[in-house]
Amino acid sequence: MSAMPPDLLSELQLDALTELVNIGVSRAAASLREMVGAQVHLSVPMVSLETRGRAIAILSEREASNLVAVHQVFEGDIAGRALLIFPETKSLELVRAITGGDLPLEDIIELEQEALAETGNILLNSCLATIANMLHRSLKMSLPEVLRGNAATFFSLAPPPEAGDFVMFLFINFAVRERDISGYIAMIMDLPSLTALVHLLDEFIERATGDAVSSGDDRA
Amino acid sequence: MPYTLLIVDDSKLARMAAAKALKNLYSDWERVEAANGDEAISLVRETPFDIAVLDFNMPGRDGLQLAAEILALRPSTPLAIVSANHQAEIVAQAKGIGAEFLTKPLNEQALGAFLEGAVRRLEQAKA
Repeated sequence: MSAMPPDLLSELQLDALTELVNIGVSRAAASLREMVGAQVHLSVPMVSLETRGRAIAILSEREASNLVAVHQVFEGDIAGRALLIFPETKSLELVRAITGGDLPLEDIIELEQEALAETGNILLNSCLATIANMLHRSLKMSLPEVLRGNAATFFSLAPPPEAGDFVMFLFINFAVRERDISGYIAMIMDLPSLTALVHLLDEFIERATGDAVSSGDDRA
Repeated sequence: MPYTLLIVDDSKLARMAAAKALKNLYSDWERVEAANGDEAISLVRETPFDIAVLDFNMPGRDGLQLAAEILALRPSTPLAIVSANHQAEIVAQAKGIGAEFLTKPLNEQALGAFLEGAVRRLEQAKA
């Protein structure tokens, strides 16, 4: 967490955000389980908040190969982009896991785009809808779009944000039918959206615990 | 009579929310908290408690593994596994070891219903 922009999220706010994301991803796993007909094993998600430049550096360092992303735009009190990202080499594995049977390679390649978009849609919608519901706000989501490229292309999509932007990084490992598929969920928000998110997190913490949160306390 | 509830969750917020719900339901009960399986096992060995609610998705041991270890040390402890991950396999595994499955975010009503049943079990065991 050392690379987190200073003074942006307190320890408890980051804990609350991680818990919201955890609940969202857990619900998504239950939806995916229905889709694939087999248990989906999830790792504990790790959430951190990074500047865009740092997020590109982290992802490039961890994943040297080409990447594939499912991208959706969200709008509302908080606005930004959500991306489900994984190595391109894993994307056919994911499709195999979802389709289950022994489909020939050409069929798997044909289904790839659709299966990726649908998986991304389920995971991203579940995360964002859970966050929105628990923060008592509504978010409008665009249709999923499959992109190929690298960290720099995914985190520099046009139009660029007007105010300094941050990336909420979520690393998660999920396995289906003995296939290990690890991926990242990233949410890119500009500073006004992030500020709005921090206020909504404080309200959420207050509702959950019954304690008013002093935003100056307990900075991580 | 007042009981002691063990709350295990890696999220401090989730522990605070469970503590708030418990306070509203049974203000005279005690609670002990742990942030992971290792902490929980140390607590189980040293601190008396009667009932436990365990988060499922935690670093290290998950809630089901922890539940099995707690039951090995303290058989017939009323336990609940708490998760938003309501996959049939996980719910079935919870039931299989005799734990209840509660959905996250944990609300007062669901916790209340579980605690009511747990108290009944504890009272019957004493009778």
